[in-house]
Amino acid sequence: MTKILKKDTLSDISGTKVVRMVISAADIAKKAMPGQFVALMVDDRGERVPLTVVEADRSSGSITIIFQEAGFTTRLLGRMNPGESLYAIVGPLGHATEIKDYGKVIIVGGGVGIAEIYPVAKALKASGNRVTTILGARAKDLLILEDELKAVSDIFLVATDDGSYGIKGFTTDILDKELQKDKYGLVYSVGPIPMMKRTAAVTAKYGVRTIVSLNAIMVDATGMCGCCRVTVGGKTLFSCVDGPEFDANQVDWDELTKRNRIYDSKEKHICNLSKM
Amino acid sequence: MQPEQNVKTARKEPVKVREQDAARRSSCFDEVVLGYSEEEALQEAARCIQCKNPACIEGCPVNIDIKRFIYHLANKDYKSAYFTIREKNDFPSICGRVCPAEYQCRKTCVFTKKGSPYASEKAINIHFLERFVGDYGMKNNLEISTQKNPKLSKYKVAVVGSGPAGVCCAGELARQGIKVTIFEALHKPGGVLRYGIPPFRLPREILDFELDCLKKLGVEIAENYIVGKAKGLDELLAEGYDAVFLGLGAGVPTFLGIKGENLCNIYSANEFLTRVNLMSAYKFPEYHTPVNIGKSIIVIGGGNTAMDAARAALRIQKMQGLAPDTSIVYRRTEVELPARRLEIEHAKEEGVKFRFLVQPEEFTGDEAGFVKKLRCLECKLGEPDASGRRRPIAIPGSEFSLDCDMAVLAIGLLANQVLTRVTPQLKTDKYSDVVVDRDTMETSIGAVYAGGDIVGGEGTVIEAMGMAKKASKAIIDRLLKK
Repeated sequence: MTKILKKDTLSDISGTKVVRMVISAADIAKKAMPGQFVALMVDDRGERVPLTVVEADRSSGSITIIFQEAGFTTRLLGRMNPGESLYAIVGPLGHATEIKDYGKVIIVGGGVGIAEIYPVAKALKASGNRVTTILGARAKDLLILEDELKAVSDIFLVATDDGSYGIKGFTTDILDKELQKDKYGLVYSVGPIPMMKRTAAVTAKYGVRTIVSLNAIMVDATGMCGCCRVTVGGKTLFSCVDGPEFDANQVDWDELTKRNRIYDSKEKHICNLSKM
Repeated sequence: MQPEQNVKTARKEPVKVREQDAARRSSCFDEVVLGYSEEEALQEAARCIQCKNPACIEGCPVNIDIKRFIYHLANKDYKSAYFTIREKNDFPSICGRVCPAEYQCRKTCVFTKKGSPYASEKAINIHFLERFVGDYGMKNNLEISTQKNPKLSKYKVAVVGSGPAGVCCAGELARQGIKVTIFEALHKPGGVLRYGIPPFRLPREILDFELDCLKKLGVEIAENYIVGKAKGLDELLAEGYDAVFLGLGAGVPTFLGIKGENLCNIYSANEFLTRVNLMSAYKFPEYHTPVNIGKSIIVIGGGNTAMDAARAALRIQKMQGLAPDTSIVYRRTEVELPARRLEIEHAKEEGVKFRFLVQPEEFTGDEAGFVKKLRCLECKLGEPDASGRRRPIAIPGSEFSLDCDMAVLAIGLLANQVLTRVTPQLKTDKYSDVVVDRDTMETSIGAVYAGGDIVGGEGTVIEAMGMAKKASKAIIDRLLKK
């Protein structure tokens, strides 16, 4: 259990890597469904961080996680190599995505959020949906899982900030056009908060059901601390046990944005200290 | 020396327990209460008059034969004292430290004035004696008596949760030779003893020692394992566990429901204490989990959790070179504080301030979303409510504001619902607590038992153990009948 079996780098722009790891975790692999996540600790002094289960291989008893080396713990995790073991991993956590035939669906992924939409896109495709995938990244080189997502999409579209691939602009520019053209049963989106917030604003115009998976800060990730509380439809809910998926148009995005910055100065401090 | 002689020579004044100096201890997480020396324990034990009808035993949720253990102790037969306690309680070093004895055995002690809300000072310091005896057993590696029953060795039982109820039930069963596996969701066992109670009240070496004893009995502990997620209750039973005990705990924090409660740096007590106790955030950045500490900290609530949170927060303020400024805000007065009297005294000595008769109304913050002020109303006490305590009534127009750049809400916990949510056959009540047969602690699912806070709502460590013991007896009866 918890042994790293495989590791590869999906993108690396000036040292900011997006890393994929396959980890031995038979009990979690047996149960994990699209939309669920694990909480892990790199070592015995580590933080507990939540990461989406991107793939669960029941036969080999392993799960795949994908993370961007964005902060101290993800950088520490990125230094781990195959053969080494993580201190702890627990899951599967959170509710699974409701997978059914919605007819036509649009999946919107941005940045490392693309990793999180992949299992959902795959499952929606398998259950008969016509899947339109819209991916966004700063530049072409930062786009991850392109082939994997193409394979499960009927329509595949890309937006980059610099225009190096697909259209120059935002995923929401494409989304708006697609929603004008056709009727959709569901929009599913994971990415940076500004992107999800814009997605919600666009889909609200068309009244399309829109689900987002939130990346709130967590500690135990089992409903015991309330660190990940979010306001959804005026009610306080816990991302870990009530989510991580919520109705995009009900989420208090400004509160989430602020709460996700609670430890920015501490994060800077620990990164500086350890020169990471 | 015979106890009869003790009575004659009994010191009238209770022996004060040695403690670390308040100024020193409030800058670190070392244990506050140092406990009795042998001599002090003997002096205090000699105060016990060995009542013919000892009411203290009735006051103990697991009915430790207090009279007898104190008798052995007074006669310097520490071994017998230890085994007397262990007949009823597997964790004397823990309970001796965390039991609210002034509401239990000490309250029913003959030296407590009738009708007083908690133990009189004169009541025998039973908890400190228990701690002395427990620590004696620990230091001297006294072997735990096992009564392995060959008829039971073929059975296996799953225990869900490694808090007070879970470990107690596991210990009882393992001692009879039953194979026990405990499933724990977190990465370390102990439940609330680990994530809730700070090391300055319960040092981690004590907790680890008592858990190691359990492992020596053959109990296996599977950490990072959530029953209800990685495996369902039905699967455990199908895998051949002959019974399951649920010690799920009351792990879900409640919030006040007032405006501004989700501002940054407002923590539930569970979050704050989990960061500090389980994740060692007070040692950040050596440990990687951060916790933010304010200049003006407000803790809302009046129970042990509020005291723990306030004392931990004040310690970290001092450790970070800040002027200590931590206040407990409570709607009633000092008499109604539900916390242990010792914790209240300790909090005061360490510099925690108390604001009584204050009702929180709204948190306000800055543009970045961080809390800055707590708007409050003054209260007065009205008629007693259902809990028997006088109800606080807010006084209109009495509004005022307190500086508050960090807050901890310690206002109670609800049932952990991770397992019950996915197990509809498991009957729960309106509080989401698991419904049990009060005689056997069996749930609505056959061979599945429950105890601790998941049954009774928030209670004490020893109450949870009392329920776990009852369940373990019923489980043993069930297996013997098989």
